[in-house]
Amino acid sequence: MVPKTLKKFSMMLAGVAGAMTIASAIEAADFSGQRIEWIVPFKEGGGSDRWARFYAPLLSEALPGNPVVVVKNVPGGGSTKGANQFAMRAKPDGLQILGTSGSTQFPYLLGDKRVRYDYKDWNVVLASATGGVFYVNPELGVKSAKDITKLRGQSLKYGSQGATSLDLIPLLSLKMLDIDVKAIFGMKGRGAGRLAFERGEVNVDYQTSTGYLKKSLPLVEEGKAIPLMSWGALNENGDVVRDPTFPDLPSFPEVYEMVHGKKPSGEAWDAWKAFFTAGFPGQKMVFLPKGTPQDIIDTYTEAFKKVVTAPDFAQKAEMTLGTYPQSTGAQATKVKDVAINVSKAAQNYVRDWLTEAYNVKF
Amino acid sequence: MLEAMMTALATVASGTHLLYLVGGVLLGLAVGIFPGLGGIVGLSLCLPFLYGMDPISALAMLVGLVAVIPTSDTFTSVLMGIPGSSASQATVLDGFPLAKKGHAARALGAAFTASLFGGLFGAIVLTVFVLIARPVILAFGSAELFMLAVLGLSMVGVLAGNSLTKGLSACGIGLLLGSIGGAPATGEFRMSMDVPYLMDGLKLVIVGLGIFAIPEIIDLARQNRAISKSASLGSGWLDGAKDMIRHKWLCVRCAIAGCLVGALPGLGGSVVDWIAYGHAVQSSKDKSQYGKGDIRGVLAPESANNAKEGGGLIPTLLFGIPGSGSMAVFIGGMILIGMEPGPALVGAELNITYTIVWSLALANVVGAGLCLFLSPAVARLTTIPYSYLAPFMITIICFAAFQATRDLNDLLALLGVSLLGIGMKRFGWPRPAFLIGFVLSGTAETYLYQSVQFYDWGFLTRPGVLIIGALIVLSLWVSMRKKPENPVEHEEEEISHATNLKPQAIFAGVVVLFFAFGLLDATSQSFLGGVFSGSVSAVMLAFSSIVFYKLATNKVDDPVNYDHEHVGDHVGMEDVQSISHYLFWFVSFIAGIALVGFLPALFVFMTTYLRTKAKASWVRIAILVACTLGGLTALAHIMVLDFPRGYLQYLIELPWPIG
Repeated sequence: MVPKTLKKFSMMLAGVAGAMTIASAIEAADFSGQRIEWIVPFKEGGGSDRWARFYAPLLSEALPGNPVVVVKNVPGGGSTKGANQFAMRAKPDGLQILGTSGSTQFPYLLGDKRVRYDYKDWNVVLASATGGVFYVNPELGVKSAKDITKLRGQSLKYGSQGATSLDLIPLLSLKMLDIDVKAIFGMKGRGAGRLAFERGEVNVDYQTSTGYLKKSLPLVEEGKAIPLMSWGALNENGDVVRDPTFPDLPSFPEVYEMVHGKKPSGEAWDAWKAFFTAGFPGQKMVFLPKGTPQDIIDTYTEAFKKVVTAPDFAQKAEMTLGTYPQSTGAQATKVKDVAINVSKAAQNYVRDWLTEAYNVKF
Repeated sequence: MLEAMMTALATVASGTHLLYLVGGVLLGLAVGIFPGLGGIVGLSLCLPFLYGMDPISALAMLVGLVAVIPTSDTFTSVLMGIPGSSASQATVLDGFPLAKKGHAARALGAAFTASLFGGLFGAIVLTVFVLIARPVILAFGSAELFMLAVLGLSMVGVLAGNSLTKGLSACGIGLLLGSIGGAPATGEFRMSMDVPYLMDGLKLVIVGLGIFAIPEIIDLARQNRAISKSASLGSGWLDGAKDMIRHKWLCVRCAIAGCLVGALPGLGGSVVDWIAYGHAVQSSKDKSQYGKGDIRGVLAPESANNAKEGGGLIPTLLFGIPGSGSMAVFIGGMILIGMEPGPALVGAELNITYTIVWSLALANVVGAGLCLFLSPAVARLTTIPYSYLAPFMITIICFAAFQATRDLNDLLALLGVSLLGIGMKRFGWPRPAFLIGFVLSGTAETYLYQSVQFYDWGFLTRPGVLIIGALIVLSLWVSMRKKPENPVEHEEEEISHATNLKPQAIFAGVVVLFFAFGLLDATSQSFLGGVFSGSVSAVMLAFSSIVFYKLATNKVDDPVNYDHEHVGDHVGMEDVQSISHYLFWFVSFIAGIALVGFLPALFVFMTTYLRTKAKASWVRIAILVACTLGGLTALAHIMVLDFPRGYLQYLIELPWPIG
């Protein structure tokens, strides 16, 4: 039992500490003369690296004290290595931040044994969204999402990087529409998948929005590809709605309703929504480590808010990030919550399906 | 099109463009000289500066940098036997023996003129090819890429050395080591024993360093002399240039191969130099000097690897699909300055494409010129006593290996591969055959699997496949036809054969066990996940067993018998330490890193080595060690990296850079 005086004393200490945090919260953290490491758990040159390198100089300008922001690539283990290192080593002083992507979120959601990080520990300060478009070869005879069921029974081939990559979404979507597709793995990226589509080696494909707009849309215009649906976008309430970048394409939930005559629900849908959010609306997120004081979190949130609301930001960002929302503060937290909270039942549903259909071992 | 060319020409010739180009070239040369750094690091170093720069100048800098890395990485390949990057591994085979004979300047001269030629040739081809590239690239599907991988593997025949069974087994070790990690078809982890590091597979840079560099270092350290046998550097770089002109057709063929392989997305740049080297060997009448210092062995890979960068631009620019790691960063740089690769680059933006292509040519001229200018001075490195050079080279190699994934495990992997490399060197298992197997393992498996999925086995009747198939037959026929060579040389080797075959037999036994392990592991995978590694293991189990049987039953006269300990340069020299003596130094260094971290271990290692082996004075040691540690720390700060941590750092927190 703790003596009463000691208890009082420790309560007093806690009070003082509390007062101190409040005091410093008023004064924003200052990073003058510091060097901030933005850890990217991927190789140089990839999408996440590009994203971080785009933001780094802007963040440097927006943070108080204009610290140097450098990108530090820690690739390996399908991005789990860098995230594990961050979880283990980063100090809550705001000098190390982590930029994750869908490929970091998916192993976490799937319960991959290499994962030793927990998103619940981390504080999100930025979430960058993207979308995805699914398209098919015109020879399949499907003109739009309305006759998507015509794909049933045809020999569909899809070039994939792996069943547990972002390709999980197209594969799961087709499964939920009862359309059989043969996934051919070993593609080195979505670009390789698109090349296989152009060669006619595969007949269905999907690209993230930027890739679609820049490289697949020309194919659509030449009549060599027909877009059927986008995956969708997340609105303020956390519901999946039509992707505003592709107003003419139905979202996956709409297509599901067309095919099955009812709105999607159940374990499959719960799983789809969590994985979709982790892969697209929350595709790239910036985190501060566990236990970071509120003032530092606020400083970062403010800095990112300043970056993304700058008048020339949209124009600068278009090339690298597309026209998708860059959310900060409460909205970013909302995206993170939808993305990382998957029920045990939904998780098991996906794991069982991956094991059964693609021989993935957990 | 003509208009686009004129616009591009005007841009390329403008002052600011040239200025930035030269800036990029200088940075590229500086980075390329460090083994293991190469294009990726160079490009990521200049990415922060690109932002906000005028796009054309930024592009000039990027191109300048990419173009010269395969030029400057030749320095360490030739002078030290350390592959400067994965694109110049084959250069080591003959470049380094030439340096050892005292012909470093000539080898460098030949290498740089060949690089220059390859780079220019690549640019000329590109100027035309870019217009028709799209359909050509689309015609090369997975089936054709698979056949190209087989064509590469067929080079093993000419690189196998005296014993074909041994050569094939060596290639098999490469294939099997290359298949460690996630299976392309299913993502199952093969032979990884639940070690996360192995799940990602072994990295080529580590394999190259362990197989070639470390065994050479140990060999030279034992002889304790300068790299160059003669104190004078002999013939100069002009002779090298003359060599290039003498063998111009070989360079043309290799440059074409380099361009083509570079242009096909999916094969990867590291195959090019091996294909070129294999081609040089197979097309030569007298093969006896290959591996011992044949200038053609330097010319072929060097003309190919510079042409490759030009070819590699095609899929990068047209499809946005990077042909190599450095091209991936190049795309990143382009997007940051507001240019998007895509079909427009052969349409409305053709002038940008030509600007890039010709900047590439210009950068090659500037880069090769600078390197030629520097080479007589740099070649002097080969006259330094080896006891001074060795600790630096070990440091450079460890630093390079550590760039692979920036993990302590990189160094452990380096140690493991080095043991294999030392064994292969000592017992005459052809290391080029091994490396071809390793480089092509993933490519061959992925594309075979994909072709069967896309076309069924009918892919074998596709016209492209048949054409490449005919090339393979031709290539095999050419190399078989010229097989019997230099009988005198053959005789000599036979006489020097070892009589105690036990060490060789033990090594062969380990190889047999490795294949058995591969087979066992394959049986625990699904069919698609294990079929490749399983088949390779099964076939190679047979070949390696033959080798083992012959050695175990003491077949002294068989060509499988080879022991460097009986024929090497050091035989008969006084005071030669055993291999294990220097291996002990290396192992202690790595163990030291695991214990106290990289920099502290390096400090102890260098100090002791310089004191005991080079007998250097304390002042000199202090200066050398301080410069090395300071230089590395500065480099690490710029590149934003932490050095490998040891157990000490795990226990207590230490400040960067030792923590």
